[in-house]
Amino acid sequence: MTPPSSPVVRTRLRNGLEIRLKEIRTAPLISFWVWYRVGSRNERPGTTGISHWVEHMMFKGTPSFPAGVLDRAISRDGGLWNAFTFFDWTAYFETMPADRIDLALRLEADRMVHSLFEPSEVASERTVIISEREGHENEPTFRLGEELQAAAFRVHAYHHQIVGDRADLESMTRDDLHRHYRSYYVPANALIAVAGDFRVRPMLERLRRLFGRIPKRAALHPAVRPEPEMSGERRVSVEGPGDTTYLELAYRAPAARSPDFFPLAVLDSILAGASSLNLFGGGLSNKTSRLYRALVLGDLAASVGGDLTATIDPYLYGLSATVRPGVAAGDVLRGIDQEIQRLQDEPIEADELVKAVKQARAMFAYGSESITNQAFWLGYSEMFADYAWFEGYLRRLEKVTAEDVRRVAQTYLRSSQRVVATYLPTGGGDGA
Amino acid sequence: MPKPAVRFPKLDPRTLPGPDNIRRWQLGNGIVLLVRENHASPSVVLTGYIAAGGLTETEANAGLAGLTAGSLMRGTQRQSFQRIYESVESIGASLGFSSGKHKTNFHGKALAEDLGLLLNLLAEVLRQPTFPQDEVERLRAERLTALNIRDQDTGAVAALAFDRLTYPGHPYAVPSDGTKESLAGLRRADLVEFHRSAYGPRGMVLAVVGAVGGEAARGAVEEALGDWVHPGQALPPKLADAPPLKRLQRKNVTLAGKSQCDLVLGVAGPSRSDAGYLPAALGNSVLGRFGLYGRVGDAVRENAGLAYYAYSSLSGGHGPGPWSVVAGVNPANVEKAVELIRKEIGRFVTRRVTAAELEENQAHFIGRLPLQLEANEGVAGSLVNIEQYDLGLDYYLDYPGQVAAITREAILATAQRFLSPDRLAIAVAGPALVGASG
Repeated sequence: MTPPSSPVVRTRLRNGLEIRLKEIRTAPLISFWVWYRVGSRNERPGTTGISHWVEHMMFKGTPSFPAGVLDRAISRDGGLWNAFTFFDWTAYFETMPADRIDLALRLEADRMVHSLFEPSEVASERTVIISEREGHENEPTFRLGEELQAAAFRVHAYHHQIVGDRADLESMTRDDLHRHYRSYYVPANALIAVAGDFRVRPMLERLRRLFGRIPKRAALHPAVRPEPEMSGERRVSVEGPGDTTYLELAYRAPAARSPDFFPLAVLDSILAGASSLNLFGGGLSNKTSRLYRALVLGDLAASVGGDLTATIDPYLYGLSATVRPGVAAGDVLRGIDQEIQRLQDEPIEADELVKAVKQARAMFAYGSESITNQAFWLGYSEMFADYAWFEGYLRRLEKVTAEDVRRVAQTYLRSSQRVVATYLPTGGGDGA
Repeated sequence: MPKPAVRFPKLDPRTLPGPDNIRRWQLGNGIVLLVRENHASPSVVLTGYIAAGGLTETEANAGLAGLTAGSLMRGTQRQSFQRIYESVESIGASLGFSSGKHKTNFHGKALAEDLGLLLNLLAEVLRQPTFPQDEVERLRAERLTALNIRDQDTGAVAALAFDRLTYPGHPYAVPSDGTKESLAGLRRADLVEFHRSAYGPRGMVLAVVGAVGGEAARGAVEEALGDWVHPGQALPPKLADAPPLKRLQRKNVTLAGKSQCDLVLGVAGPSRSDAGYLPAALGNSVLGRFGLYGRVGDAVRENAGLAYYAYSSLSGGHGPGPWSVVAGVNPANVEKAVELIRKEIGRFVTRRVTAAELEENQAHFIGRLPLQLEANEGVAGSLVNIEQYDLGLDYYLDYPGQVAAITREAILATAQRFLSPDRLAIAVAGPALVGASG
């Protein structure tokens, strides 16, 4: 049965602000998102983590909505709000009962230009963000991933973690943050996505009234430094507390707009299990994936996973394994290499292709239960491609052939194009 | 005086689960089935529980219920592990089991066209698991790895230490996922025996929500599970009370090489059936949830800048689950954070919450329902809650009135009954604390 939703309305205000609207009448809710085309991809050494910190500061108030008032007002109305900073973008959303959404519209229009960046708030947020980073550092997989990414990108800003390097978190100033905000938080660098229980015409009028009066300014588009080709496998290891060895592999992957992204998504599904594309709603188990059969049923690993991310510039296709106690990481690596070799040498089975497509279809259906998730896709897809990318996703997966999968395995899963990262546990801790 | 309900968000009763749109049946063997149709998406959720949990586990066999639940899909009288998962994953569906102290829960999801397949598989793995030795060993090895990881996770280690301080001699002190020693000692025969004695239709609840008609769902459930009988099914024992703490109890666990400490402060809280549960839940929202983390968040995160997260939670299940505050802080700031949190708890048990705090939290509790009940998962969870805590099919219709009737005095009285800044369990896990006792 088709959900009662309308086609997407696309428009652009005179100040350059892009708008996408989709009426969906399944629940009395509206999800409102503002996307800015700025993330860690736009950062340079010295101010790594600045996009994420600016995101935090956007919750610290404007003259009209002082800090704390916003939280209370949205919670009071039964809303949900949050924000995310990623490599390529920063996004803010509010999902509210439909008759309460105006608060979110007013708030987002206001903080696009009037966020305060009070020095005292900057100071207290510095320690909060350092605490956030320290929390990550407690996780072996964060520490391993950080080294892996740094090894995979020497030039491109995908090199550093979104939270930023500690040295920069300690030295960045209020003026750095404010300059970043003024440079990137302009209508011409933003996109509004709204989905839910509203009528397009009055919603558009309201958006024009609130956002249309924000002056037009040119957005900063600093040149992104492309990453040169890799010319050989890179290996890194991290030592740290614990009893568990982790192995992570990262191969150079195509950008989301590349036609090769779709066969690689099918490959990921077959090799490591179907990844959920949704922000809300979990994935599926991967116990029939090739790597699970080889490594977990082969008693080499406790778990395996794959990770393909939609990005503007070519990023990484990741494979990870939690190594079983008593097993050497090298044995797990050999097991992965054998499976990759198989993908490069032999065409996949027809039923593997059918399965990958059905899994994607099911996850699209699960994702459509949530209006927040639908609004997320309305904006997210525009950050690295456009909404047609999302709408055509299943169709493009259906067109993938066994030969396409073999070709992308041969093209992208070459050992000279990868980083192998190993976490080596040193024991420690007096236990509970 | 209760605030008039008119000041709070108004909900359209047609959008809420209620007697008009929930179908409820009890099968002849005791299984309760709840169904709510939702054709917004071509998918369906199936969730519920059987009345078998880890309440009788000791330190020696901790993790038995969990290992049993985890083994269900690893082989049945009709199918191997690989065939079972092939049937689920090849249609983009999922089915999984987990167990706690009181229940073994299951959760599945599929395209609506595949509900029958999922239900038949649920019945098969519940009724005819064979616990193949090699699969049990593989699962044990995976779980031992998970315990290695847990024992290096500052949050998990602090929570375990907190349970040991808060529930001495009580089943809640025993970790549900076991210890390395207990897991290593469990035999296949233990799993077979636990399944034989505790798994059965009595006490089983099943909710189906999604693009499926009530009668069709009932027919499919009846066919898959209607003939399951187990006359000797062992039901969970009565749970003892958790005696309140008499003073501060403190435990520091050192985990070398970490950057941050996790801390947990709290007590044994009210069960879901306690008359004080709803006042406690509203009060807890004021204390450490509302907005970004309520009063605790304001004190520890917003004002002192000590933590990325600092919030309170109230478990409110079948027994006296924890009512606690958790925070992640730098080791140098642990004592400061503990004192700030104790101070907030002290204020919370001394003075009533303000009228404004009460009202905004009441509005929040009522206004958030549409969002909570938006997707099939949320609705299915609400149906299971209605049944397991005997709330009645009209619970969500009455809920706004119940929330609106809670007073500042009721919150204070409940807070005083459970919390005191001088009678708390405090557990800290992370890098060594200089000069701390523990």
